[in-house]
Amino acid sequence: MDNTIEVEGLVRDFAGTRAVDEVSLQVPAGHVLGLLGPNGAGKTTTVRMLATLLSPTAGRARVGGLDVVDQAARVREIIGLTGQYASVDEKLTGRENLILIARLLGMKRAAARARADELLVDFSLREAGHRPVQTYSGGMRRRLDLAASLVGRPRILFLDEPSTGLDPRARRDLWARVRRLQDAGTTVLLTTQYLEEADALADSIVVLDQGRVIAEGTAAELKARVGTRTLFLRLARADQADAAARQVATLTGSEPHVEGETLSAPVAEASLLPAVLRELDAAGIEVAELGLRSASLDDVFLSLTGQTGSGDAPADAAGDSGEDAA
Amino acid sequence: MNALDQTLALAWRSLVQVRRNPWELGDYSIQPILFLVLFLFVFGGAIAGSPDDYLAFVLPGVIVMNMLFVTVYVGHGLNTDLTRGVFDRFRALPIPRWAPLAGRILADVVKQVLCIGLLLIVGYLLGFRLATSFGHLLVMVLLVLTFAVAFSWVMVLVGVLARDPEHVQLFGFTALFPVTFVSSAFVPVETMPEWLQGFVQANPVSLLTEAARGLMNADGAVAAPALASLAWAAGIAAVFAPLSVWVLNRRLARG
Ligand SMILES: Nc1ncnc2c1ncn2[C@@H]1O[C@H](COP(=O)(O)OP(=O)(O)OP(=O)(O)O)[C@@H](O)[C@H]1O
Ligand SMILES: [Mg+2]
Repeated sequence: MDNTIEVEGLVRDFAGTRAVDEVSLQVPAGHVLGLLGPNGAGKTTTVRMLATLLSPTAGRARVGGLDVVDQAARVREIIGLTGQYASVDEKLTGRENLILIARLLGMKRAAARARADELLVDFSLREAGHRPVQTYSGGMRRRLDLAASLVGRPRILFLDEPSTGLDPRARRDLWARVRRLQDAGTTVLLTTQYLEEADALADSIVVLDQGRVIAEGTAAELKARVGTRTLFLRLARADQADAAARQVATLTGSEPHVEGETLSAPVAEASLLPAVLRELDAAGIEVAELGLRSASLDDVFLSLTGQTGSGDAPADAAGDSGEDAA
Repeated sequence: MNALDQTLALAWRSLVQVRRNPWELGDYSIQPILFLVLFLFVFGGAIAGSPDDYLAFVLPGVIVMNMLFVTVYVGHGLNTDLTRGVFDRFRALPIPRWAPLAGRILADVVKQVLCIGLLLIVGYLLGFRLATSFGHLLVMVLLVLTFAVAFSWVMVLVGVLARDPEHVQLFGFTALFPVTFVSSAFVPVETMPEWLQGFVQANPVSLLTEAARGLMNADGAVAAPALASLAWAAGIAAVFAPLSVWVLNRRLARG
């Protein structure tokens, strides 16, 4: 059985706009790929093409060794999809929704009921299973939606922002479930805006921005690209943030990310720290907190996507600073 | 599991809601009963001399009108599936692409049978007695159902084109009201101005109602209006089935 996903030069245009622009990616069997990107990056469009819901304008994609255009019907037999927005029947109960899908997948009546009950228990929906979905909370709907995509025990699973709207506990449950599926050999492609989630789950990460792949690699590799560490600075006064940002930019060579009175910037060398303190002090900027921490994926994300608005080669601009770290 | 079982599962899905919540059926059963009773006692005297005489005339008309209104729910349900993402979930499953549509239309036929049965029972309670045979009644029901299936495709088109389910209802009922009222469903065609009579006589609602009257009351021609209604049904299906599917595929391809 071939559980891989192979995407080559995938393009999708919508009335004038290019939503997905020459995306190529590979997911080996049994791996979890995290597709990261800001709003409008093309994550959903990519997933919908891979799940045979949308035809590509150009390029090719094979899911489980099957072409998503020419062999769409067979692709549907091996995939599960949880879309970005809940797609369950509001008028049916949770249990009826799952039974319907099980029946459509060819299960006999008794088997369909058993599978539905099993999933309801798994997703803590046993009590709610007999109520119409209309009465569910957002998180319950989301869990039902996830359960619905697992009814047929798919070999390849697409999850479009699966943890949006889940509380922290439900999110941890979801992560545990994805890991279990992975252990059982399921290939998972998930999109997310939570970098923590990609960090926790994904074997490899592809960062999309404006339809293009701007970075890819493991979480560790991506962190290494923006510098081993991040300079973290909190000022006593927010109105000095701009002045401080200029100082930090000249010292570290990269534009810091400013949020209120806090600044962060990737740095290659720890020895920069005293210099930063000296320069800021000389400029009369009051520092409340200063430190170095290892780069989080958030730093990666911001430094990769933050610069694409103006520049043309964002990936490389951010990429060369910390090759020494791994 | 084959395509037929899948279609049945999808039809079950549309019907199970009704079973759990019979008021859902109220949408399209209370209303025609109300129409029947109102027409009978408000217009009966003026149109036919007395409510009792009017009942046999108007009951087939209300059955036909209600059949048309119930088809609106095919479009309403389809549009709900499209706008709420349920249709996408079905499309990502290994089922034939036409199965969700076929399931809806099949479920609609069951609802139609329930509604016709209900109207016949209420008619009976109000004093209606069949002047023909049970076999004639069965033919009437089959004729109305055949037309319903054909006409469902018009509502599939409306369901695909509409922005949201509310607009399907708004547009569906707004378009159906003049079509049903400018017919001989409730008022004899002879009482209308001459310039209107040509339109009324060609209206499939009139033709179907007249065939149903003949089959229930044994008071008029059956073959001619029945064949004309079937011709209309065939024509509507021939135009709207491919058109709806084409527009649906275009909508889905747009993303
Ligand atoms: N059906 C459509 N018609 C026109 N444009 C579309 C359509 N679907 C998506 N787009 C455009 O394509 C681009 C990518 O959209 P997409 O939904 O794939 O982004 P995303 O990465 O999933 O974003 P988000 O994080 O907000 O869900 C956006 O600019 C969007 O406006
Ligand atoms: Mg999206």
